Amino acid sequence: MGSTSAHSNEGGLGRRDLIKRSAALGLVSVPAMGFLSACASGGGKTNDKVEKGVKSDKNPLGVNETAELDFVLFDGGFGQQYAKDAIKLYEQAHPQAKVKFTPTQKITTELQPRFNGGTPPDLIDNSGAEQMDMGVLVGQKQLTDLTPLLDAPSVDDPSKKVRDTLRPGIIEMGQFDGEPCWMLNYAYTVYGVWYSQKALDSLDAKYPETWDEMLALCEKAKKKGIAPWTYAGKHPYYIPFSLYPMIGKVGGREVLDAIDNLEPKAWEHPAVKACFEAYYELYKKGYILQGTPGLDHIQSQTAWTEGKALFIPNGSWVENEAAKTMPADFGLAVSAPTGLDSSDKMPFGTLWAAGGEPFIVPAKAKNPEGAMEQLRIMLSEASSKNFTQSVKSLSALNGGTDGIELSPGLKSGVAALEKAGANVVNPRLQDWYVALQKEKIGVAGIGEMMAGRATPAETIKKIQKFADDAAKDPNIKHYKHQ
Amino acid sequence: MQHGKYRFIVGFLAVPLALYALFVIWPFIQSIYYSLTDWTGLSPEFGFVGLDNYTRLFQDEIFWKSLQHSLTFAVVLPLVTVGFALFLAFMLNVGGRRRKGAAVTGVRGSSFYKIVYFFPQVLSIVIVALLFQFAYNPNSGAINSFLKAVGLGAIQPDWLGDPDLALICVMVVLVWSTVGFFVVLFSAGMASIPRDFYEAALLDGASRFTTFFRITLPLLWDTVQSGWIYMGILALGAESFAVVQIMTVGPNGGGPDYSTIVMPLYVYQKAFRDGQAAYATTIGVALLLVTLAFAAVVMKLGRRERLEF
Repeated sequence: MGSTSAHSNEGGLGRRDLIKRSAALGLVSVPAMGFLSACASGGGKTNDKVEKGVKSDKNPLGVNETAELDFVLFDGGFGQQYAKDAIKLYEQAHPQAKVKFTPTQKITTELQPRFNGGTPPDLIDNSGAEQMDMGVLVGQKQLTDLTPLLDAPSVDDPSKKVRDTLRPGIIEMGQFDGEPCWMLNYAYTVYGVWYSQKALDSLDAKYPETWDEMLALCEKAKKKGIAPWTYAGKHPYYIPFSLYPMIGKVGGREVLDAIDNLEPKAWEHPAVKACFEAYYELYKKGYILQGTPGLDHIQSQTAWTEGKALFIPNGSWVENEAAKTMPADFGLAVSAPTGLDSSDKMPFGTLWAAGGEPFIVPAKAKNPEGAMEQLRIMLSEASSKNFTQSVKSLSALNGGTDGIELSPGLKSGVAALEKAGANVVNPRLQDWYVALQKEKIGVAGIGEMMAGRATPAETIKKIQKFADDAAKDPNIKHYKHQ
Repeated sequence: MQHGKYRFIVGFLAVPLALYALFVIWPFIQSIYYSLTDWTGLSPEFGFVGLDNYTRLFQDEIFWKSLQHSLTFAVVLPLVTVGFALFLAFMLNVGGRRRKGAAVTGVRGSSFYKIVYFFPQVLSIVIVALLFQFAYNPNSGAINSFLKAVGLGAIQPDWLGDPDLALICVMVVLVWSTVGFFVVLFSAGMASIPRDFYEAALLDGASRFTTFFRITLPLLWDTVQSGWIYMGILALGAESFAVVQIMTVGPNGGGPDYSTIVMPLYVYQKAFRDGQAAYATTIGVALLLVTLAFAAVVMKLGRRERLEF
C-alpha cells in the first residue's frame, strides 16, 4: 500500500509509529494492537490455492478436476438462468468438479467482508446498485489478471484465441493501467435515445439527425399532448447515456478522453457547452415531462412506455427491465444521439456502446483457473446465444446472433451498432470514478441543470470543480486512456 | 447485613459489564483506531496515517452538509414529534370534558384513535419510506393527484426531486411514523398522574391550556425528556438513514444536490460505495460526538426539580 511504504521510507513511521501514537492517545494499549489489526483484517494470511490441474487440449487452462468453484452472481436485470445453464456445461466438462453458485443482489454487503477476510469467491459478477468500486479493487491489487483466459483457445474454434472472439472495447475496458486485463464484461450494452417507433410514426416523423429537427419534432409532440422527453430524474446520471456520445459527436473523441482523464478545463470545451445548452433548451421550452426530476428510473420508464413521453436516454437493459409495462406493439427502438448540425466532428450514428456486467476473479481466489474456465465456457457461441435469447442483450462475444430471432429493441441495437461502425465511443467515467460520475456530475450537476435550477454555464463551472477535486484527491486512484 | 454487599453487587455486575465493554466500548475504541488508518474495507492490509482523515473531514464540504442536515434532524424532529405527540396524548387522555361520569377523560373515541395512531409504528420504516416514495411521485403520486383533484393542479411540486423540499419531505415521513409511539408513551405517563390534580384544577376553573402547562407537562417531564433523547437519537441514526437512503435518489441516496444527505448515509457511502472504510469510521466518530453532545445538551437543559406525587 502506497502510503504505508511511503511513511516507512521517511524513517520509522508505520507500525511502530502507530503503536506510539495510539498509546499517546491513551486509547489503545500496545498488546491490544495485534488483536485489533487481526480483527479488522481477518488474519490476512496467505491463501491456500487449489493445486493446478494438468493442461491438455480439452483443459487448456489447467483446471483442477476435483476442486470446487465458488461463483457469486449479481441477480439483477439479466436474472440467473443464463449462468446456471453455463454452470451445467462446466460440470459436464469437469464431472468431478462442483460449482457452488450464489446469486445475490447484495454484492457489496455479502462480498466486502469476504474480501476483507481474505476469502473471496473464485468468480464474481460485480454489478448492480451495490457494485464494488472497480477502481478501488484494481488499485488495491485485489484482482487476478485475466490474460491467461484471453490467450486460451476459444471453445468453438481452438485455432482462435478467446481475445480474438470478443467485441471491440471489451478487453480495453478490462484494462485500467497498462496491459493486464482485470475484468471481463459479459454483456454488451448499447446506450442512446430510446423511443417507440409506433409513437414516432403517429407523429409522422423519423428520428431527427440535427438539433433543429429535434426541436421541431419536440414542438410537434408537445402540441399533440405528448411530452417530448423524460429521464430518470432521481438518477440523472442516465442523461449522459445520450449526452456524452453527443459531446463526442460534436467535438470529437478527444473531448471525451480529456474528460475521462480529468484534464483541467476539459469541461470548458465549446462542444460540451453547446451540448449542455442544447439539452437545457429542452427544459426551457417545456419539452420535458412534468415532474420528471422527482421520478426514479422505473417511474420514468413507466411514464414513457405508457406513451406520456417520447424519448428517454437509457441502455439496452431497458427492454428487459421495462418489459412488464411495455405494450406489445410498442416498437422499441434506439437511436444514436442527435447532433447539432453538419459541422459536427463525427457523423450521425456515433454511438456509445460498451461492455456491462463485469466478471472478476479476486486475487485471493482459491480456484482462479476454474473461474477463467467458467468464463471461457460462457464466451462460447452456445452460451452466448442462450444469453442473448433469454435476456434480450448482446454478449461480449462478437457475433453469435445468427439464426436466433432478435427482439425489437435488440434488433434496433444491432442495427445502430452496424450503422456506427468504427464510430463507437466509450466514456469511462462511470467505471473509473463512480462517485464523481453518478453523484457529483450526474445528480448535483446535470440533474440540477435539467431541473432548471442551474444554467449550463454554472453547471459546467460546478462540474469542472468536481473533476478538478477528483483529480487532486489522493484517496482516488487515477486512470488515463492509453 | 452490610458485609459482602459489594462482593454481591460486583458479582452481579461483572458479566453485564464485561459484555458491555466487549460489544459497546470496544467497537468504539476500534472505530477510533481505524479512523487513524487508510483502511479501504476491501483488503486486509492498511497503514497508519495519523490524523489525515480528520484533516480531510474538516475540508470536506459534503461532510459539513451532512452534519448540518443531521443537526437539523436532531433539533427539528424531536421538537415537532414530541410536541405533536404531547398534544395528541393530552387530547386523548385529558382533553375531553363535557361527559357524564368521570371528571377527567379523553375526547370522544379516544381509545380508537390511540390504536390508529400506533399503526405506523408496526410498519417497518422501510415500508413506510417506500409507500411515501410512491405518494411523493410528482407525476402520478397521491399527493399531487390530490392537489389536482381539489383544483390546485397548478401547484405540482417535484417533492423529493426539489432540493428545497426534499429534506422537509423526509422529515414529515419520520414524524408520521414515530408520533404514534410517543402518543402511547405519553398516554401511559399521563395515566399515572393522580386524577385529584385534574379535578382540583377543574374546580378552580382552569382551562385546558392551563391544565396542560401547569399540571400535565411538569408531571410528565421525565418521560418527555427520555422521549426527547430517544427521538433525537432516532433522528441522528438508523431511522434517518433508512428514509433518506430509500426515498431520495435510489441506492446511493442523498437527494438532489446533496440536499438530504445525513451523516449515517455518508458513512455508508464512503464505506460501501467508495471503498474508504477508514474515512467512513472517521465520519462515524464525528457522529458519535454529535450524538453525545445532543444527549448532554438535552440533559442539561431538561434538568429541573423533581416533583413528588
